[in-house]
This record gives sequence, structure tokens and C-alpha cells, in this order.
Amino acid sequence: MARIRTTVDGLVYEDDVEPRMLLVQYLRERLGKTGTVIGCDTSNCGACTVHLDGMSVKSCSVLAVQANGAEVLTIEGLERDGQLHPMQQAFHDNHALQCGYCTPGMIMQSIDLLGDNPDPSETEIREGIEGNLCRCTGYQNIVRAVQDAASKMKPGASATQQSSAQPVAGGGA
Amino acid sequence: MTTTENPSTPAPEIGRDRRRKEDRRLITGRTRWVDNQALTGLLHLSIVRSPFAHANIKGIDTSAAKQVPGVVAVYSAADIGADQVQLPCAWPITKDMKSPQRPALAGSRVNFAGEGVAVVVARSAAIAKDAAELVEVDYEELEPVLDMEAALQDGATLVHPEIGTNANAQWVFDSGEAGSGGDVAEALKKAESDDDQIVVRRRFRQQRLVPVFMEPRSTVVDPNSEQLTMWSSTQVPHILKTMLALTLGLPEHKIRVIAPDVGGGFGGKIAVAPEEVLTLLVARKLGKPVKWTETRSESLLTAHHGRDQVQELAMSVTKDGRITGLDVKLIADMGAYLGLVGPGVPILGAFMFNAIYKIPAYRFDCTNVFTTKTLTDAYRGAGRPEATFGIERLMDEVALELDMEPLEFREKNWIKHEEFPYTTVSTLTYDTGNYEAATEQAKQMFDYDGLRREQQERRRRGDVKQLGIGISTFTEMCGLAPSRVLGSLDYGAGGWETASIRMQPTGKAEVVVGVSPHGQGHETAFSQIVADQLGVPFDDVEILHGDTQSSYKGLDTYGSRSLAVGGIAVVKAAEKVIEKAKPIAAHMLEAAEGDLEFSGGKFTVKGTDKGVGIQDIALAVFAAHDYPEGIEPDIDAHATFDPENFSFPHGTHLCAVEVDTETGFVELYKYVCVDDVGNVINPLIVEGQVHGGLAQGIAQALYEEAAYDDQGTLLSGTLVDYTLPTAADLISFDTANTTTASTTNPLGVKGVGEAGTIASTPAVVNSVLDAIRHLGVKDIDMPTTPYRVWSAIQNASGHAGRADEANVASPGAGLGSTARDMPEGGNL
Repeated sequence: MARIRTTVDGLVYEDDVEPRMLLVQYLRERLGKTGTVIGCDTSNCGACTVHLDGMSVKSCSVLAVQANGAEVLTIEGLERDGQLHPMQQAFHDNHALQCGYCTPGMIMQSIDLLGDNPDPSETEIREGIEGNLCRCTGYQNIVRAVQDAASKMKPGASATQQSSAQPVAGGGA
Repeated sequence: MTTTENPSTPAPEIGRDRRRKEDRRLITGRTRWVDNQALTGLLHLSIVRSPFAHANIKGIDTSAAKQVPGVVAVYSAADIGADQVQLPCAWPITKDMKSPQRPALAGSRVNFAGEGVAVVVARSAAIAKDAAELVEVDYEELEPVLDMEAALQDGATLVHPEIGTNANAQWVFDSGEAGSGGDVAEALKKAESDDDQIVVRRRFRQQRLVPVFMEPRSTVVDPNSEQLTMWSSTQVPHILKTMLALTLGLPEHKIRVIAPDVGGGFGGKIAVAPEEVLTLLVARKLGKPVKWTETRSESLLTAHHGRDQVQELAMSVTKDGRITGLDVKLIADMGAYLGLVGPGVPILGAFMFNAIYKIPAYRFDCTNVFTTKTLTDAYRGAGRPEATFGIERLMDEVALELDMEPLEFREKNWIKHEEFPYTTVSTLTYDTGNYEAATEQAKQMFDYDGLRREQQERRRRGDVKQLGIGISTFTEMCGLAPSRVLGSLDYGAGGWETASIRMQPTGKAEVVVGVSPHGQGHETAFSQIVADQLGVPFDDVEILHGDTQSSYKGLDTYGSRSLAVGGIAVVKAAEKVIEKAKPIAAHMLEAAEGDLEFSGGKFTVKGTDKGVGIQDIALAVFAAHDYPEGIEPDIDAHATFDPENFSFPHGTHLCAVEVDTETGFVELYKYVCVDDVGNVINPLIVEGQVHGGLAQGIAQALYEEAAYDDQGTLLSGTLVDYTLPTAADLISFDTANTTTASTTNPLGVKGVGEAGTIASTPAVVNSVLDAIRHLGVKDIDMPTTPYRVWSAIQNASGHAGRADEANVASPGAGLGSTARDMPEGGNL
């Protein structure tokens, strides 16, 4: 067992975990953060995508011990004061989900994408979410949602959107 | 009581692009997937699965697994009676259909790689999986049975020796015998000796696919509540409940099945799965709640597959382009066992090969065959994509032989809009449609003539990237289904659907439906219907589903039936609510019932401004202080709707692809579809269904294949190898609707869930071939991967390619990366 101390969605947790435990298992089984889901066993589907210190990661490909000392943000931590993150709102507004199973990972990846590239073209969006599989939507409305969110998260967009967007927009050099 | 002043009817909900009610919990991670279920004392199940396709089980040693700390029990089949179970098949398509026993765990012989042979129960899923690795099974390998045609030959190894054959059933429709058309054998014979006719014969392969719902299957059973409770990731909670009772001899009223949030199904969760039965058996044996959740690899290997047919087609046609006969001979791979509706899936195609065309003589002959592969059953479209692919590919081939523009050939033969209702050669009556209108609009949106010119330009210049244009003018039958028709097809159940409306004292409406959504947006669409029917606000409607305690009767969701059948049950229930409320309204308004009219949620006395709202009547009957003698103080209602006919969506799909003639890489260039799905309740949801359907149909054409090696091992057993399209593989589609309202239901709706998948596959393959046919390529098996396309070009141009014809179609040849920077495919 290894002791880890991790901040998840703003709360600090300290736990003993098996060294082989995956971050996604830790989130789901130990913390009850079942908003993050498992869709495959080969890191192809991206359903388990979360942010680790501001970068999107597939939490099935990260060990819980690697999150020691890190900040994890999941889909459950996006809402601020009852306000949806602009990306969540955009997924709703653009009917970018059907069964919703890929949605948490897709939203987390899309936020990360805009952190890298605030104004992506359709091709850049499609390539940016290539690691996240969706079986319901054909991706078209997801692309629309990301474009919509990008326009609303741009500097100059309304202040409330900015305040909820900024702290969680993914980064990466 | 309220008095209406200036009755203003709210804008109709039907037709509005309402954002979905369902979304909130899904976008915030507050979902209720089965695997999220955590019960005190919950145990976890892992299944030991056979690595061999066909083998006798000589012995199982569970001793090492039992020693692992945290393991509660290890069971082989006999320990829990799993080998005595006969998992149900609800569709005996012929009287003499062979139905080998399908156990929950194999007892003495395994018949496909992945079949369960033992289970491990432990306090955590990880411990159960670790211990499952320690179960020693002694197998005696048998010859696998992999090729469905070879399996039908004399002397072939038998999957199930006890039934004496690999043939499951043969099902024939003959229009000559049915009286709906001529004798096709005569038609073909006549055509062969007629200088004014030709006969075109083609053989097409429908590869095996995997549904790949994103949520892996999961089941939790709590045996300790008064009703044994099963949460399962299923499309069919009601069917599952009844079948569990019938299969296991349990009293049906002691079972409760809950399908909470279900992450996609596409037909893949229409099942009474061995794992569901095992979880139940183990939970009952141990008296503890038990969970089973599959891994993705386990899902690809063991959840049912779809498609997998060999199609031999013959069409006779006059030289001026009139079809005179169509002969269809199919062999369909059932895999090792029969699924819930597996044997009936190819039979649904019998009614769709004639498609939108007027065909005077038609015969359909399908032989189902057993092999030692994962069983096949429903996958989005179920029988209809296979048929649509066959006919729409054949229409292109015949047009070529006639040297006729493929759209023109189609138009010469399709049913004209003024000919509806039209009874087809396969005996279905299409109520409405307008193929001319959909095609005209699609051509304009596509710039059909412009793209044809561009194609000619590229050919003339000899561009490396050649343009191909593919057509699919499809129809389908959905809204499954009229119960009497299902009876005539020997299906084991009806096709009705139910709905109940429970009016709350505060005027809100709880609507209980028997259909069971897994991404379709029923809560939103049905709320829109109820809002219009009862005149109550959209937000005052709550849709309940997926729990057999609240939704006690239903036939669940598949076959694009939820709106066309379930939605109509909702309408009928609402009509009953209004009917029941009427005498109470009359009483409250001191008027005669005959003087009342209902509109916008209110009963009003004709010619006056007196009125009372349905929501106020709900409160009045709750109080029940003052209501007419002789009636019950209640306006709740339940309705069952049995459709009189299928519905027949149709559309014209046009696809343009660029094929790189040097690499074989196929890229989507433009995709236009104009679908007629009848009246639209929510255009946003309809468009979403079309997009997703297109993606799956395109995936069959270009990317996906469940391939086995010569030992019967699934090669595409992970999402690395089973290549779902990513966002980067697809383009934005141009979709639109034309509308001819269905005349067989009061909403005029047709169903949209499967249309995109059914229509798109032949459009894409036709476009790929259209791009490179001038190079001598005649056909390419699906998926048309870069490797296959490149090889076909090489072979056609006389170069000895890196693969001969046989290899091009060999298992696994279709596996390839779709990455643009790896144009040769990952398997080279």
C-alpha cells in the first residue's frame, strides 16, 4: 500500500492505495466519483478523461500514486455555484450528447483543447478530440458544441462565463 | 375553477427543437450507470472464459483460485446449475428450426472463444479477476467451424453434434407462392433467353460487426429484497424480467428489473445474457448482492455481434431499365448459439430487399448456420441494413451493365409518389412516401451535376485523388411491430406498447412508458407530446421508465419503435385522461358534456368564456369532495397501442469520397442525406439520430470488422483493433428532411433511430467503387480499408500487389489504422 494525498474537485483526500490501482479506479471506487467512467481497457476511448494539474489525462492510464500531490479535476467539479461550465452548457445547447457515456471525458478533453487553442478550426477540433470515442452522435454536434463554447469563452465574452471558465480551462504549453 | 378570459393557445411543443431534459445529470457526472451501484456487502463476479473456439472441457481445478484471500466462491457450471439453463430464443422462425441448448456456463463443451466456463466471486473486482486467472481448465481442442458455407457442406465438423447439422433453419418467401408477384425462377429463365433483357448476378459479403455501445454491460443483483432486484445495462428490462421468470422458473412477480441510465445499446443490449443469469444465480446462492461488469475486451468477445451474411443476388432487367425479377439467396452466420431474436434478424431483410422498387417477381431464401464464433443478433437496423446494402449495391451494378445513370435506373423502378399506398411484392403496404422529392432535394444540396463534372475533370487529368459518387435511395420498415404480423412470423411476443398518465394533485403529470431509452431522448420527446395533448407545460411532465416496479408493462426499445409505437401509446393515454376528465369538467362547469370542448389544456363551454383546466381537475379529483355520481374520482389512464402497420421512413443519401489511388486511402468528401421520417417531434433529436446512424453505417463501409483467425480467435478483440471511427475520420454531414406524414398513426410519425445506419453503408461503398472503377476495380469487400482498396487497384492494373484476391478478403485483412499519416493501414 502506498499513501497518497490528492486534491480532487477542490477537496483534499489522503488514502492508502495499492500501487497498481488506476486513478480512475481510485476516483470511482474509493471517492465515489462515478461521474468519471470506464469505457475500455486499452486507453482508446477516453471516457475516463480528467484533468491532472490542468492537463487532460486518461485516468485509466495513470496510476493513483502518480496523482500524489496533484490536483485532479473531474466532470463533477466543473460546475461553479450552480453555474454550468460553458462547455457543459454548450454540450446541452448543441445536443452534443445522446447516451451520455462518453460525455464526461469528451467535455474534459474539449476544455483542455480550448486551453491549448482557444479558437480552433473544425479540423483542429476533430483532431483534438480524436482520442475520445463517441458511438451516438457522429461527433458533428460535439464539434458544434466546442465551437460554441470557444466563442463564449473568448476574451470579451460575458463575465459570468469567464469566471466559471478560467479556473478550469486546461492548459499545456 | 378558473375562468378563461382570452384563451391563448400556447405554441405547440411538437416540432420544437427543445433541449433535452436528460442532459443535466449526464453533463455533470451525476449519472446512474449500473456499475455505479454500490450496495453494502456487494460481491464481484469475474468469469473464466474459454480461449478456444471449440473444445471439450475435461476438467476444472478451482483450488488455487479458492485460496486467494478475498475470494468468496469459485463455481463451475454444475455447481450453480448454469449448464442446465436454456437461455431463451424468442424467435423460432420455422417449425423445424434447430435450437441447441445455450447454457449460462458451458458444462462439457465450449462452442466459441470467450464462452464462460467458471465464475469467481470475491470482495473486489480486482481480486475476482486475479483469482480467475488461477482457475485451471483442461481443454481437449476440437476443430473450429469458421466458414459458414463450408459449415453447410456434407461431412463438415458440427458445432453441435447433437442436432446433426450446422444448419439452423431455412426461411423462404416466394412471391409466386404468396400470390404477391410472379415466379422469379421463371422470370430469370425468361430473361436469359430474351434478347431484350439481361440477368445480373452478384455476390456480396456483409462482414461481421460489433455494436460497441460505449457503456460496457453491467449487472447487479440484490437477492434480499422482497422482489429480487436486478439492475442491468439493458434495452429490454421488461422482456428480461419475463424471460428470467420463464428461463429460471422464478415467479415473475418476485422479480424487479431496473435499467437505470444505459449508455447506448444499438441492439447490442437486446438480450437475456448468460452473465445476467449468472449474476442472479450466484447472488441467490450466496444470499448477497453481486455485481458483474465487463471489460471492453470481454464485451467485444462475448456480447453479441451483428450482420455477417453471404448474399447471392440475381436481378433480371429489360435493356431499357425495368426490373423483371429479383432472387435473393442468403447465408447468415448465427455464431455458436441463438440469441434472443438472432434467427429472425436476417429474415427482417426479406421485406426490404425489394426496397422502394416495383419488382414483379421476388424470392428470398435464407439459411441460418451455426459456427464456432460469438453469436450474432440485433445490431442497429437488424436485417434491414444488410438487405439495403444488397439491393443498393446491386442497383448500381445493374445500372452499369445497362450503361445507365444509376439515379435514372432507380427512378425508372421506384414507386411514384402518387402510387401510395402501395403493396409491395413482399406483401407490405407502404402508406406514404415521396422518393422524387427527397431525391430532388438531395441532388440540389449535393450539387450532384457539379460533382459529376468534377469527377470527370479528375479522371481526365488522371489525378491521384479520384472522386467517387455513391447513391442510396433507401426505405426501411420500423415501428416494430403489429402484433398479428409478428404472430404470422412466429415471433414469441407481440409488438404493442403501453403508457400510463398519472395526474398529480398539483397538476403535474407523471407519464409511465414501457419503452426503455438508452440515449434517444424519450424524456424530452414524450414530454413534448404530453404537453400538446394535455395542454400542460413541458416542464410539468415527468417521464418514468426502465423500472418494472413503476413501468410494469412494456416491450422496450429497439426497431425504431419508441415513438411510432410507444409515443402513440402516450397519445392514447392522454386521450383517455381527457375523456375521463370530461364528465368532471362538465360537473364543475355545470354544463352538458356535449357542450364542452378541450383545447390548450382547458375544457370550455362552447360559446362562453367559462372553462376549467385539466390541472385544476386533477386537484378536484384528488380532493374528491364534489364529483358526479357513478364515476370514479380519478383521471389517470393507461393505454396499450398495437400498431396496424409498420412505418416506412425513406430517404436519398448521396456520398462523395476521395480515393487516393496511390495509397488506397478513402476520405469522405461530402455527405448529403434527405430523410423522410414523417412528422418530426423534435428536429434536434432527429438530426442527432441521423448523424449517429450515418457514423455507424459509414463505419461498416470503411472501418469496422470483427475478424477471426483460422483457429477461431477474435483478432479485433480490443478497441485498438476494432476501429471505431473517431471525430477525425468523419466530416460534417448535410442533413435535411422531406415530410410525408404516416397515415397509420395519429402523430404521423415514422421513426428515425436506424435510418442513417441502414441507408449510408451502400452509398459509401458505391462511392468508393465509383472512384476507381475506371481503373478496372469491380468490387471490394467491406470494410474498404486502404489496404483492400490499394490491393484492388494493384490487382486490377495487372501489378502483382502485395496481396492476391484471397488475401484481400481474408480475416483480418480489413484491420487497419485509419490515421491519415498511416495511409497504408497498420497491418502492413
